Amino acid sequence: MSAETRRPEDRGPSGARRPGPSEALIRTGLPSAEDLERVRPSAERLTHGAVAVLECFQRIPCDPCASSCHHGAIAAFADINDLPSMDAERCNGCGLCVARCPGLAIFIVDEHHAPGEALIKLAYEFLPLPARDQVVTALDRAGREVGQARVVRVQRPKEKTDTPVVWITVPKDLAWTVRHIKVEVSHGA
Amino acid sequence: MKSVEIAVVGAGPAGLSATLAAAGQGASVALIERDEHLGGQLVKQTHKFFGSARQEAGTRGVVIARRLGQAVREQAGIDLRLATTVLGYYSDKVLYLEEPDRLAKLQAERAIFATGASERMLIFGNNDRPGVYGAGAVQTLMNVHGVMPGRRVLMIGAGNIGLIVSYQLLQAGVQVAAIVEAAPRIGGYLVHAAKVRRAGVPILTGHTVKEAVGEEAVEAAVIWRLDEQWRPVPGTEERVDCDVICLATGLSPLGELMWQAGCRMAYVPELGGHVPWHDDDLRTSHEDIYVAGDASGVEEASAAMVEGRIAGLAAARSLGHDRDVEEKLGEARRELAALRAGPTGEKIRRGLESLRQGGDGR
Repeated sequence: MSAETRRPEDRGPSGARRPGPSEALIRTGLPSAEDLERVRPSAERLTHGAVAVLECFQRIPCDPCASSCHHGAIAAFADINDLPSMDAERCNGCGLCVARCPGLAIFIVDEHHAPGEALIKLAYEFLPLPARDQVVTALDRAGREVGQARVVRVQRPKEKTDTPVVWITVPKDLAWTVRHIKVEVSHGA
Repeated sequence: MKSVEIAVVGAGPAGLSATLAAAGQGASVALIERDEHLGGQLVKQTHKFFGSARQEAGTRGVVIARRLGQAVREQAGIDLRLATTVLGYYSDKVLYLEEPDRLAKLQAERAIFATGASERMLIFGNNDRPGVYGAGAVQTLMNVHGVMPGRRVLMIGAGNIGLIVSYQLLQAGVQVAAIVEAAPRIGGYLVHAAKVRRAGVPILTGHTVKEAVGEEAVEAAVIWRLDEQWRPVPGTEERVDCDVICLATGLSPLGELMWQAGCRMAYVPELGGHVPWHDDDLRTSHEDIYVAGDASGVEEASAAMVEGRIAGLAAARSLGHDRDVEEKLGEARRELAALRAGPTGEKIRRGLESLRQGGDGR
């Protein structure tokens, strides 16, 4: 609760200095454009399909993403407080890390899922889970309704305490905006 | 009078880990818990833990409670005493116990106090109205008893507890009107903040609650802005409709038993208040008494589990047990140092430094 006096200079595992979270993020919980730019895969990589986006901006003691990746795309942590270091070329967008991240901070984005349509895989820990083909409300990082999303798949975990991953499609221009969904609770009968 | 080598007081993450570590060294251990179940606060932690695999990262607290509890029940040589409160620690290393239907004494060569922490109250108008809850009570109602605490909650405090409990309220179908935080910054992990933000909950840093509104029960709260000197700014009052005001304004270590036992105590704000002086083995100024978890300084549960292991191993070693004890202690110390190495560990590092500067405590 105490006000920290300075902004930590964050390092990645490579030792390269990487700025810490923006003031805006620390004040409001919403990442700034600069925060987001740092974790966005290259335009070139995005043309090759689904890829993980690690919206992890603060050094905290946490490393399960690295061991969750079977493709070596997320490097092992030298210091458990490091920010994750991602090799987007080795990522195939499988989404294992999405279900594993304790912070629910990883999303898979495929800008070229279908013409004019992007695919997003996101962790979803609310009930009811949506059904396949259901149209749900798409929300941005501030919980604002920004459009509609269609559910294309719901990955239910083997253990009920694990995290479901919901695959949605959204208009391509919302690929970097939509990060949550609202599923209407049916009151029918 | 029954006697054991090591008595562990409190069966939360620290106490369970201490018990397993000490019993694993071959020590006879009594684990004493006031509640009727094992796990302490873990039983209501429905979120996934951080840390590394060694501290069960990615696993929900409630699952960790189950695993540790099962391990304790399966381990030979543990005298488990639930629904039992330790009343005091007296000379000749005797603990007085209040059992459900009698008083009892237990003699223990070493005691490990893993008594946890209690929630802090906040001073504001009408804070005695029904509907003003601590975050721990809200979690107990929801996650242990399946009872909704209300329909619309105003959360006070954007540390990890305030952020996590807000998320759990949303999962239970309760509205969260806003999270109000007096500090100019979010104190909890920003990934937790992002989860509640994208579910539509605003986080108002630099704000606090002025008063609760409602005669019979909470109907609303009045919040207002704080300036850079943390003084309320008149004219910035805003009414927030809610039927619950949930306080997540910090924890204070529970050190009463160690005060009473004569451990040297120190006031260290970074550690949450009064804590017993202790060394790297979690040994206090009283050579037979160890401390672990929030009682030694308020921190995350992953650190509490490692501290418990250290205290359990060190207490067993002091009684001559040695099953690779040095190696295990070294490993645990390295884990604890790694957990605290980053910016989020800065406060606890500063607190421990200040505690150590108080001399050797003896």
